[in-house]
Amino acid sequence: MKIADKKTTAVSLVEASLKRIEETKDYNIFTFIDKDQALKKAQAIDDKIKKGENPGKLAGVPYALKANFLSKNRPADASAKILTEFISPVDSTTAEKLDKEGAICVGCVNLDAFAHGSSTENSYYGPTKNAKDKTRVAGGSSGGSAVAVALDCVEFATGSDTGGSIRQPASFNGVFGIKPTYGAISRYGVVAMASSLDVIGFFAKSAADLDLLMSVTAGKDEKDQTTLPDFYGSNDTELKKKSVGFIKEFMASEALDPEIKSALETKLAKLKDKGYKIVELSMPTLEYALAAYYIIQPAEVASNLSRYDGIRYGFRTENLKADDKTPLDLLFENTRSEGFMPENKRRIMIGNFVLSSGFYDAYFLKAAKARTLIIDEFNKAFADVDAILTPVSPNPAFKLGEKISDPVAMYLEDVMSVPVNLAGLPAVAFPVGENKAGLPLGLQIIGPRRSDKNLLKLTEELA
Amino acid sequence: MEVTKEEITHLASLSNFSLGAEEITKLKADLENILRYISKLDELDVKGVEPTYQVFEMENVWRPDEIIAQDADREALLNLAKDSEDHQIKVPKVL
Repeated sequence: MKIADKKTTAVSLVEASLKRIEETKDYNIFTFIDKDQALKKAQAIDDKIKKGENPGKLAGVPYALKANFLSKNRPADASAKILTEFISPVDSTTAEKLDKEGAICVGCVNLDAFAHGSSTENSYYGPTKNAKDKTRVAGGSSGGSAVAVALDCVEFATGSDTGGSIRQPASFNGVFGIKPTYGAISRYGVVAMASSLDVIGFFAKSAADLDLLMSVTAGKDEKDQTTLPDFYGSNDTELKKKSVGFIKEFMASEALDPEIKSALETKLAKLKDKGYKIVELSMPTLEYALAAYYIIQPAEVASNLSRYDGIRYGFRTENLKADDKTPLDLLFENTRSEGFMPENKRRIMIGNFVLSSGFYDAYFLKAAKARTLIIDEFNKAFADVDAILTPVSPNPAFKLGEKISDPVAMYLEDVMSVPVNLAGLPAVAFPVGENKAGLPLGLQIIGPRRSDKNLLKLTEELA
Repeated sequence: MEVTKEEITHLASLSNFSLGAEEITKLKADLENILRYISKLDELDVKGVEPTYQVFEMENVWRPDEIIAQDADREALLNLAKDSEDHQIKVPKVL
């Protein structure tokens, strides 16, 4: 992922990227293409190289921003109607750091509106199609990011992961994705979904590329008080036990696709050959993780999305006529009624339900206690093993439209990815070939907090 | 668990949006299904367990009460609003 070898130029890399974006238009990947700016920046990088100046660690590398990342003078609408027309006046810390190292943003890519979804079908711009089969979903919510990397439109793409939004689309499209430790990378300038779960991460074509991206973007940020002190690359949790676990209950799940199961068994055998001890873990509380997640996450969504009112930025309704309400009340109500997608409304309503006075103890408080038990279960597991190898999702990419009218079926996509977010752990999704039908399969390796770098090393051994 | 149409309308009003008749019917069925699924937690014994609300290991992050430079100026922010006048965002009639 470097052009420092002088065999190519930034301009030719960006031109190739723009050409590829054009060729793959019918996958519906990009929501905005920043052709002129990208070419201008590429020329500036080439000039720097010619003059012998340091162009940065990512000089000339074309990348895409998930459209819930703010970057100056580009739209950042999170694929949501209510944020259309919003052109960002600021840079997210991540975009700023990438630009500083010479990476070149060629555009913004599609997601489920506000990152609510597991297929990218909830986007205001319509679904992104799977890189290997256009009749299937890209996964989500970062579907655009995954397909942009899989189809070589860009070298890497940013993503956000609240319950699997990086790992699941990575596995559906055969690319690498990292969901870092909670707090590893600044979230300043990224549209908030569920604040106790959201993390920023990346899609790329190798674990080594993810490592480079982490080293450039991780660290304390004055603009985000929930960033951890710098640890990546210097103060990581080591994986010393030479022991990897697998989860008995996941392997026994009836929902688990047999080809994913056998891919996982093959990798465990490979690790055993390399001298790792393989440990069967029983983690019975994880069965409740998805239920806890679909209480905690909508509750935080309802709070975070209460700010969208049509006053300060984004879409504003034209419809302000009614006899029984003031124009201001109607402005709020109609902007939100017209601006949110059905899935946004479902999550806001579930959130307000579980937080309402009669139901708080039965739902929200109980979910918060379940979260403690899930964290305890991971802590116990990491006393015995360095890392845990699991599927990302129980199945490969499903058909477009297959689950969109059944929210619970869609939520079940996240059953193996959400425990990681509830516990704030790092996890890396990596490809393990294709099934008989030619669809990519993926696994994830989960580690203790701050073991991100060592997980990437382990991924290299595994991939 | 059954959710009445009135409860759906009430939740929508708490959420500051309104729903059409078709949306109400669909959301009623969806919410009932989702609540049935999340009620799975009833099986779990959480007696004596402390709740976890966040997984950030730091507490009370202090910093001097100084402005950290943002690169957006007042005009850029005002320009984002649909309507403004005299350097202020304009809203429709409140009363």
